[in-house]
Amino acid sequence: MGKTYKISCAGFGGQGVMTMGELITFAGMEEGKEVAWVPSYGPEMRGGTANCSVTVSDDPIGSPVFENNIDIVIAMNVPSYLKYVDKVAPGGCLFLNSSIINEEVKRTDINVYRVPVNDIADELGNQKLVNIIMLGAVVEVTKIVSPETILGSAFIKLFGEAKKKLIPANTVALGKGADSVKDQIK
Amino acid sequence: MSTVLFKKPEGMSDRKLHYCPGCAHGIVHRLVAECVAELGQVDNTIITAPVGCSVFIPNYFNYDTIHCAHGRAPATATGIKRVHPDKLVITYQGDGDLASIGTAEIIHCAARGEKITTVFINNGIYGMTGGQMAPTTLPGMKATTCQSGRDVKVNGNPIRVCEMLATLDGPVYIERVSVDSAPNVIKAKKAIKKALECQMKGLGYSFVEVVSSCPTNWGMTPVKAMEFVRESMIPYYPLGVYKDLTEEAK
Amino acid sequence: MAKVIMKGNEAIAKAAIVGGCRYFMGYPITPQNEVPEYLSRELPKVGGTFIQAESEVAAINMVYGAGASGARVMTSSSSPGIALKQEGIGYLIHGEVPAVIVSMMRGGPALGTIQPAQSDYLQAKYGGSNGDKHLPVLLPGNIQEAVDAVKYAFEMADHYRHPVIVCCDGLIGQMMEPVEFDHPVEVKSKPDPADWALGCSRPGERNFIYGISDDAPDCERRNIRNFEGKYAEMAATEARYEEFMMDDAEYAMVGYGTTSRILRTAVMELRKEGIKIGLIRPKTAWPFPEAPFQNKNIKKFIVGEMSMGQMVDDVILACGDKTKVTFYGRCGGVIPTPEEYIDYAKKVIGGAE
Repeated sequence: MGKTYKISCAGFGGQGVMTMGELITFAGMEEGKEVAWVPSYGPEMRGGTANCSVTVSDDPIGSPVFENNIDIVIAMNVPSYLKYVDKVAPGGCLFLNSSIINEEVKRTDINVYRVPVNDIADELGNQKLVNIIMLGAVVEVTKIVSPETILGSAFIKLFGEAKKKLIPANTVALGKGADSVKDQIK
Repeated sequence: MSTVLFKKPEGMSDRKLHYCPGCAHGIVHRLVAECVAELGQVDNTIITAPVGCSVFIPNYFNYDTIHCAHGRAPATATGIKRVHPDKLVITYQGDGDLASIGTAEIIHCAARGEKITTVFINNGIYGMTGGQMAPTTLPGMKATTCQSGRDVKVNGNPIRVCEMLATLDGPVYIERVSVDSAPNVIKAKKAIKKALECQMKGLGYSFVEVVSSCPTNWGMTPVKAMEFVRESMIPYYPLGVYKDLTEEAK
Repeated sequence: MAKVIMKGNEAIAKAAIVGGCRYFMGYPITPQNEVPEYLSRELPKVGGTFIQAESEVAAINMVYGAGASGARVMTSSSSPGIALKQEGIGYLIHGEVPAVIVSMMRGGPALGTIQPAQSDYLQAKYGGSNGDKHLPVLLPGNIQEAVDAVKYAFEMADHYRHPVIVCCDGLIGQMMEPVEFDHPVEVKSKPDPADWALGCSRPGERNFIYGISDDAPDCERRNIRNFEGKYAEMAATEARYEEFMMDDAEYAMVGYGTTSRILRTAVMELRKEGIKIGLIRPKTAWPFPEAPFQNKNIKKFIVGEMSMGQMVDDVILACGDKTKVTFYGRCGGVIPTPEEYIDYAKKVIGGAE
C-alpha cells in the first residue's frame, strides 16, 4: 500500500480554489499517480463558498469523497478555516491565508502554515495569483507533486497551449509562495 | 367497356377508411396523397400519425409512418427531418393533439422553422374519445365536457392557431382552408401542395389548417355539419393566407 | 489514446461521439448541463446535430423521431427531467426504437436538491411509462465505466432496438478523473435499418414504427414476443457485477456507483481489523445480477445507497432471505462517508455474532 493524500481546498468563489485543486489533480496524473477531483457545488453562480476535494494516491482510489482525517487542508478565508480546522488528520497540514485569517489555532497535533497570499499578490500586482502563491507553499511543504509538473504539462493540459504565455508570471508566484513557508518548515 | 371514374391516388392503400360518414378526414387524406403523388414524392415521404381519429394513418398511406405520442408529432418529426433532410416529412394532426396537449411542440417547431409540413384538422371537438370540448370548440358549442355549450367565462376561449403561429418568424407559409364545398376542396389542395413545395425547396416551416366537421360528435347529418362549418366555424376561423414568405425565402 | 482528466459529464458526452452518436436532444437541468453544453459545441464538428428542445417532453420525442430514422441518438437529464421523459420512453419501447438516455440522479422528490443522489434507481429500472416492459439500466461506478457504459449502451440499443438507460449519481457527472476513450466494448450485431427504420425502407416496401397495436391480441403478441425474445436474451446475457475481497468473505457490502467506492474504502478499513468482509457491486439494475447473492457463506448483505433504499429490494429478491439483508443510506443529496459505513457494519456484525 502506497501513500494516499486527501486534500481539501476551500475559500470564497473567485479565489481560485477549484483551479488550485485541478492543478494538483492534473499534476498528480502527469506524475503517474491515481487522482480524483470532486467539487462541492451549490446553486449560487458567483460569490458563494467554494471547495473541492482532491485525492492523490499510489493506489486505486476508493471513496473520492471524505469528511474527516484530511491530510492537507487549504483554507483561503475564515469560514473555510472554521469549517475545516477540526477535520485535519492528526499530523496533517493546515495552510491558512494569513492575509485574512488571524485566528489562533488551538490544535497542537497538526502542522499549521501561514501564507499571506493577498499581501504577496499585492507585491506582484495581481490578486488573481493568490491560488498559485498558496499552491507554491503547499508543494514546498508537502511535496505531493513537483512545481515543475504543475507549471509544465499540468498547466498546459488544464488551460491549453494558448495560455502558455502566463506560465512565467505563475512561476514567480509559485516561487514566492514556496519562499514564504521555508522558515516555517519544521 | 368500363370507364374509371375515380381511382385512389398512388400512395394510398386499398384499406377501407374507418372514418364516420361525412367525416372530412377521407377528403384531406386524399388531397395529401394526390399532392405527394403529383410532386413525385410517394417513395420519399414520411408521415406521422397523431393521437386522435387519424391514429390509423399508417393503414391508409403507403409511406414510411410512425405513431407519435399525443401532441408530440412536431418534436418527433423534427428528429426525423434532422436525420433525413431530403425526405418529405408531414405531420397530420387534429385540434386536441396540436392545439391543446401539443401546443408547446407546435409553437417551438414553427419557431425553429423546421423544414416540415403540418396538416392541421380543426373540427372543434375531440372525435375519437367521444365528443369532449376541444381547444377550438366554438363559444356556445356543445360538447360532452361542456354540455350546456362552451361558456368562455368557465371554459376559456378557443385558440386560433394560424393567427398565433403567424406571429412567429419561423414559419414561411401558413394558410387556413376548408373542404366544405368543391371550390374549397380545390383551394385546400392548392394550399397543401404549396406547403409541400415550400418544404421541398427547403424554404422553411409550412402549415395548412383545414376547417373540418365531425357530424357524429356534433350530432348532425353530414350536410348539416358542412352548413355549420360555413355558418359558424369559418366566421370564427376565417379562411385565407396568414403568412406567405415563399417568394422572399427563395 | 492517452489518459485525460475530464469532468464526468463531459467525458460522457465525448463517449457518445466516440460511440457513434450524431444526434442529441436535451433540455438544461443541473447536474448534467455539461453534457448538452459539450455536445452543442462538439457535435457539429463531426457533422452531428444538437437541438436544445423546448422541454424534456419534446426532447425525448425528438429522440424518438431520430432513433426511428436509424440514427444513433442520445438525451440526458436529471431526476425531475427523467420524470418528464417517461411517456416518450414508453413509445421508444413499443416502437422498438434504439436510444440512449443518461440519467444523472439528484435528490428528490420534486425539485429536491441539485446534489448527487441514487434515489432514481427505481425510476430508471421501472420507469413511469405504461405497459408491460423492462428497461435495461447500466450502473457505472466511476467516470471510466460511465464512458464505457455509454459506448456499450449504443451497441445494446441498436442490437435490441430498445432504449437503454445509463444511470449515474450526480457526483459521477461533477467530479474529474483520468479517463481513456479507446477501451474496447463488445460490438453487437444490429438489424439492418432497411428492415425497420423510417426513410430507410427498400424501394416498393414501407417501414412502420408502431405506437398503437391493431387490436388486443396484436398488443399481447408484441409483448410476448418482447418478453420471450429480447428481454429473455438480455436477462441471460446482460447482467453485470464486480466482486472485491469476496473470496473468504462472511459479510458483503453491496452498492453501486459512487456509493460502491465509499463502501470499498470501508471494506479495506474493516479488513485491517480482521473482519472478513467484501463488496458486491451490481453494474446493471435490469437485468439485476442474482448470482453473487446466492453465496451461502454470507451471513449479512449490508446494502448502501444514496437513497432511502431502492436497490435493497432487488438484493432481498436475489438472495431470497429478507433476514440476511440490512440497509443504511443517506439521501436528498447527502453523501455518506466511509466512517458511517464502518460504524454501521460493525453494529450489524456485532449484533449478528
